Amino acid sequence: MSVIDDIRAIAAGFGVTLRHMLARPVTIQYPEQKRVPYPRFRARIVLTRDPDGGERCVACYLCSAACPVDCISMQAAEGADGRRYAEWFRINFSRCIFCGLCAEACPTLAIQMTPDYEICKRDIMDLVYEKEDLLIDGCGKDSSYNFYRHAGIDVTQPRGEGLEETPPVDVRSLMP
Amino acid sequence: MTASTVDIALFAAKLAMVFFVILTLAAYLVFAERRVLAWIQDRKGPNRVGPFGLLQPLADLIKLLTKEDFIPTVADKWLFYLAPAMAAIPAILTFSVIPFGKPVAIAGHQVPLLIADLNVGLLFFLALSSIAVYGVALGGWASNSKYSLLGGIRGLAQLISYELSMGLSLVPVVMLAHSFSLTDIVVAQARLPFIVYQPLAFIIFLVSITAECKRIPFDIPEAEGELVAGFHTEYSGMRFGLFFVGEYINIIVLGGLATTFFLGGWHGPLLPPVVCFSLKTLAVAFFFIWMRGTLPRLRYDQLMHLGWKLLTPLALVNILVTGWFLQIVA
Ligand code: SF4
Ligand code: SF4
Repeated sequence: MSVIDDIRAIAAGFGVTLRHMLARPVTIQYPEQKRVPYPRFRARIVLTRDPDGGERCVACYLCSAACPVDCISMQAAEGADGRRYAEWFRINFSRCIFCGLCAEACPTLAIQMTPDYEICKRDIMDLVYEKEDLLIDGCGKDSSYNFYRHAGIDVTQPRGEGLEETPPVDVRSLMP
Repeated sequence: MTASTVDIALFAAKLAMVFFVILTLAAYLVFAERRVLAWIQDRKGPNRVGPFGLLQPLADLIKLLTKEDFIPTVADKWLFYLAPAMAAIPAILTFSVIPFGKPVAIAGHQVPLLIADLNVGLLFFLALSSIAVYGVALGGWASNSKYSLLGGIRGLAQLISYELSMGLSLVPVVMLAHSFSLTDIVVAQARLPFIVYQPLAFIIFLVSITAECKRIPFDIPEAEGELVAGFHTEYSGMRFGLFFVGEYINIIVLGGLATTFFLGGWHGPLLPPVVCFSLKTLAVAFFFIWMRGTLPRLRYDQLMHLGWKLLTPLALVNILVTGWFLQIVA
């Protein structure tokens, strides 16, 4: 009978809620208990250095172009040795949506996401991070990669000396 | 008969105590509801203010009192002012006829543990419960907003569909107790509570009082999903608080009435009468909260259907059967 079925269904509902009432809450009491995020969790962004300690960022603007909310800005400059770097580099974390597209776009692995999710400030202007705040002393996720070893022609090494590079061929010579 | 000073003093003390207890209990019922609902949803609920969050009602009170008391420019000012009180006052008034304990003797005076032992207490309750809907209807009307108005109209329509079955479900109780006085009804349950004789009437009454205090699954006048907040959409600050507290006072009072009519009132094993009464009342209140966490809201027409086509005929049949039974026994 449908009435009996209905009553049984309602009673079953009460049973379910009672069971949940007695079950353990899943709440994490945040400031006291902290969740440990996974290593690839996307939170606060850092600028890393290459294994030799130089800044990885070459101020190519790719991250800034990739950013869907336009929160990265910088000014490119060139050092005396011809090596490019960012004169200033600014990420506005009050706009960042932590999508990670900047890190994906970066050819030098300079910009990287870290699992540090506790960035909130009383003053919104404190969320604008300058280069000094972003630059860290380590290599981040890839400890051996050095962009200039692969592509730093005439800047850090002469033509043909880099990794995976063969010496230049003299095209005017007919010798094999 | 002239009342002595001691009588008056005792009465005043009783009045103050009941007032204090009801208001405190209502505030803590809000807290309890939030905690229990949280548990049902595998959360923890408010647990930050004071130990276990026990000072939360106080924080809520301060918040409500310091909020802006906003009145829409198009509102009907006086009705807008009055409506929250009209909703809360009948709820408290109803408690005056509920006997919450056996009469006790203090300083040689027999003190009945209720405010007013009316010989038509049951009718008094039915009358007040109908008056309470004025708060809803006028609040909805006075706000001059479409959501509020719809909420108020729904409140009225809801009233006529549950009031009848609520009244009818109480008729067998009167037949069994031979009295309209709530004290007599409780005394008549000394041996067995009426729920044993009248399970059907109890269920009808329970469903009706859920509709009476506008709780899920019958919170049609408020219906957050459809009407923002129904009749109190435009209210803020303590005026909203009054509606809110009125609802919880209503729960306590109706829980007390269910206890009085069906669960044997202050009668109970071992424990002192007042404690028995309170426990039963709180159990009903807990059931209300539990129900809120379980059932979805009924549609407007479903409530009408339930009230008119199911509960009212059932209550009528129940009266007939009870009368027939009493005839046989007599
Ligand atoms: S994570 Fe996304 S939003 Fe944030 S800076 Fe990088 S690209 Fe922009
Ligand atoms: S962080 Fe990477 S992508 Fe952005 S400017 Fe520097 S090198 Fe280019």
